[in-house]
Amino acid sequence: MDGIHDLGGMEGFGPIPIEENEPIFHADWEARAMALRMLMAFWGKWTLDAGRHSIETLPPSDYLGLSYYEKWLASLVNLSVTANLISKDEVASGRAAPDAGKATPPIDPDGWNQFLPRGRSTSRTIDTAPQFAVGDQVRTAEHMQSGPHRLPRYARGHTGEIILHHGGHVFPDTNGILAGEHPQHLYTVRFAARDLWGDEAAAQDTVTVDLWEGYLARA
Amino acid sequence: MTELSHTHSHAHTLLPSDPALRVKAIESLLVEKGLVDPSAIDAVIDSFENKIGPRNGAMVVARSWTDPDYRTRLLDDASAAIAELGFSGMQGEHMVAVENSADRHNVVVCTLCSCYPWPVLGIPPVWYKSATYRARVVRDPRGVLAEFGVHINSETEIQVWDSTAEIRYLVIPERPEGTDGMTEEELASLVSRDAMIGTGLVATPGAE
Repeated sequence: MDGIHDLGGMEGFGPIPIEENEPIFHADWEARAMALRMLMAFWGKWTLDAGRHSIETLPPSDYLGLSYYEKWLASLVNLSVTANLISKDEVASGRAAPDAGKATPPIDPDGWNQFLPRGRSTSRTIDTAPQFAVGDQVRTAEHMQSGPHRLPRYARGHTGEIILHHGGHVFPDTNGILAGEHPQHLYTVRFAARDLWGDEAAAQDTVTVDLWEGYLARA
Repeated sequence: MTELSHTHSHAHTLLPSDPALRVKAIESLLVEKGLVDPSAIDAVIDSFENKIGPRNGAMVVARSWTDPDYRTRLLDDASAAIAELGFSGMQGEHMVAVENSADRHNVVVCTLCSCYPWPVLGIPPVWYKSATYRARVVRDPRGVLAEFGVHINSETEIQVWDSTAEIRYLVIPERPEGTDGMTEEELASLVSRDAMIGTGLVATPGAE
């Protein structure tokens, strides 16, 4: 999806908003929004990639105008409504529908504390041999589909070198539309900055991007 | 377009405009429906505030400076080496450590969202998540680093790592001069969050 989230290389955003001694959260509601978004994921109604795509599909003005935690909250509401965990009427009224039953939460504090140090690996064993090896030159796709994917605009149609192979990883393009994990080999590809940006870039500078095999062809 | 992206429906626009009220409204709805355990909310916040953060990453860096075998393991399999120190998990399942040298300076970004190695660095700062950092650092790393007060030699390669997948990068800064007698704890106290993202350096103590 050529969305507003694909920011790499865009200009006009101004200086970096550096804050000295920044707190972890600037307000209690930020922490609570993030916690709710984490905990609701344990219903298993969406995937990591679908959650990410729900933020990418916010209207561009919201994407740029909302803070990070406001986007998490918007994403949580939109995902929960789409998954029928809550209804639009309930969101508007702030109250459960009269006939709504009471569910049992999928995770408690102990469950969270056990989950956190484990996380959710996206590494998968796959039978197919990798098409590329470290040192190979590859060319990235010129065009991508309208749904979720992880090939930024600035890195399309360029030639780079494979510098790392990470084995099989869940494929966001399908996992992001709840169409299965379909893992593919994942590589880190290094591009010369000048190939991406022209002569304004320093001759020796480089940019690496993590890319799935389906985005790449032998150069 | 997919069904999912068609049905996102922007239900979020039905919420109150004040974000604190918005969160309160949705939290009370989710708790009322039994969708969220309220004590788990506190557990999540406690873990973000107290269990993860850049002190963890600084211990990894300090160990890599004092123990050459550890450094070798860290560069070979960062997830396993970082887990040796007790740090692992969500948003750090697949770690790669990249070392700075006189020849190369590394800096990390996620241009498509805000991917960041939570177990070792915690929750990312606002600037890391900002549109301007994400837009600019891949294209003009030297200009961005200058805003952080970091000036990289014009001969040195800058390698920008765009975290587009679930691989999370930790920059291992160079150990500064004049730290030979320091303990691992003392060394860790020198290592800032920004030095492990690549937007900072580690200075010799007392040199600034």
